[in-house]
Amino acid sequence: MSTTDTSNTGTGDPAPDEPKRGSLADRLLGRTVPGGPQLTSMLQHKTSEGAQELLARARTQAAELRREGGVLRLPEGAALDPEDIDIDVPSDETMILNIGPSHPSTHGVLRLMVELDGETILRSKPVIGYLHTGMEKTAEELMYHQGSTNVTRMDYLSPFFNELAFSLSVEKLLGVEVPPRATWIRMLMCELNRVSSHFLWMATNGSDIGAINMLVYGWREREILLAFFEKVTGLRMNHNYIRPGGVAADLPDGWRDDVAAICEAIPKRMDEYDNLLTGQPILQQRLQGVGALDAQTALDLGCTGPLLRGSGVAWDARRDTPYLAYDEVDFDVIVGSEGDCWDRFAVRINEIRESIRICQQILDRMPEGDFRVQDKKVTPPPRSRIDESMEALIHHFKLYTEGFKVPVGEAYVPVESARGELGCYIVSDGTSRPYRCHVRAPSFANLQSFSTMARGGFIADAIVLVSTIDPVLGDVDR
Amino acid sequence: MTDTPPPADAGNETPAASSEDAAPARETVHGAPLVDSLGSAVVHTGVDGYGELMAALKKDGYQLFVGLCGVDYLTHPGRELPEGVEAQRFEVVVELARMEDRKRLRVRCQVPADNPTVPTLFDLWAGSEAHERETYDMYGINFEGHPDPSRILMPEDWEGHPLRKDYASGRIPVQFKEAPSGR
Repeated sequence: MSTTDTSNTGTGDPAPDEPKRGSLADRLLGRTVPGGPQLTSMLQHKTSEGAQELLARARTQAAELRREGGVLRLPEGAALDPEDIDIDVPSDETMILNIGPSHPSTHGVLRLMVELDGETILRSKPVIGYLHTGMEKTAEELMYHQGSTNVTRMDYLSPFFNELAFSLSVEKLLGVEVPPRATWIRMLMCELNRVSSHFLWMATNGSDIGAINMLVYGWREREILLAFFEKVTGLRMNHNYIRPGGVAADLPDGWRDDVAAICEAIPKRMDEYDNLLTGQPILQQRLQGVGALDAQTALDLGCTGPLLRGSGVAWDARRDTPYLAYDEVDFDVIVGSEGDCWDRFAVRINEIRESIRICQQILDRMPEGDFRVQDKKVTPPPRSRIDESMEALIHHFKLYTEGFKVPVGEAYVPVESARGELGCYIVSDGTSRPYRCHVRAPSFANLQSFSTMARGGFIADAIVLVSTIDPVLGDVDR
Repeated sequence: MTDTPPPADAGNETPAASSEDAAPARETVHGAPLVDSLGSAVVHTGVDGYGELMAALKKDGYQLFVGLCGVDYLTHPGRELPEGVEAQRFEVVVELARMEDRKRLRVRCQVPADNPTVPTLFDLWAGSEAHERETYDMYGINFEGHPDPSRILMPEDWEGHPLRKDYASGRIPVQFKEAPSGR
């Protein structure tokens, strides 16, 4: 289902033998193909009431979208009064159902309001905020060297990316360049983190659609990676390892063997999971054709990451706006073709393989040298120096009591996290605390696509949709 | 991240004033001043030209709506802005990306404190919906024409806008919805 897209093309190539539906580029640009059908979203449900999905974005009026993305969001307690909802279907024929916020399949505290006609979802709205802890406000009160402890708790399944996004923005404001080894260590940890995050997704996605054994396997594979993270950072999650100026510590002895073992074990296991999942008719039927999102709609809804790539748009910050040393490693951007759940599944599965491929290259090319920048204003002196040097003690003391000052300015550096584009917009007023620290959270933006995808589908598919959007509620609510 | 000169293919943009960046002929995008901020292209605007500017940018091919957030400059008034842009208390910051040439653009819109209202971008990019709700929730900036102008992260009956600089953190001890507050 997925095609790989190696280097330079902006979007995935259109499939050559699909003249009737129009090429992907046609669909991207909203062109109707002569002789082909009217440009509608793929895999549309035809019912006695007519089409039950929104048309492609190019043909969808903003007013219609407005109605879809509109106010199906009622206060708790008032949620069961259908009279309040302005819809065409008589109110005694539809039902408002409240899923969550504590529902096992919402992967956290996500609440979904869905309007049902029988089993078919009409309108829906994700209601969020149950895990909001004001981390952006907290970030304004923490010094820059404390900031990474804060942001790492946002997307708790891929914490390295949060730390990276924060650190890159701070470094951009500071104008420091981290040593090559730090860059490559960051890349290694991020790619392994992508693998662990995708494995957890495979586990929960499997359990959501009935492949319960995958739940156990997914956690098992993730455990290998978490054990390595623990060895490197001391913690299994919330590492605070990537910090402004480099990383907290050098890789431990024996890291090569560990990474080599991971790189050897995971691809073999992936083949097994291909047998277990990809080739399984039940899973295929649960995923194929469900929740199709065409490229234009996905772009329009601000989707990024596997969701956008599953819809056929080859957009990956690692390739398109390279950061770290991604322009020096060789990897493919995995792109889907139909934009349904099956494509998103395929994209993630293959991204695990690509990440392992990157890790193998990192293993061969890890440079020697320092793991953090030797700028005394940014980096604390090593513990051993404090005992023997008064100056080191002073630096250490000043750094941890006052923090380091960051020049006035604003910076945003996008990072391709496991879920999509993650970036930290930092405004500095010249003090040692960020004046504003906004995190562009991929889950937050991606979750918006739920209403569009769910419309016209079945209530049972809503669970699959949430699963393939793969939101982390810590990232959504911050 | 991106290089500064505006793309050659975009309609109304003036050609890039080549390399000198001190005080050359000002670069503009659809009449709004374009500056370089640490290597990122940033367009400044006020509320008045905001809607038209964004519509023109959408026409220029900025298809991907990356994000939108607010900033409250209450306690950091002396920031650097290009000539002709009047500093206001709030800013709405929009990140856009264009796929074809992998170009990113940031738009900073000055929003006055006495009437913090800007037009919604929902009709241009439906993906702005949640971001605008978040900005309303956190800063009290109203997005005119938004389909669901309501709080998104804070409880519905919350008072105040937490990310404003005059909203102290930790002021309210109990945060349960139905609990009597000390306010």
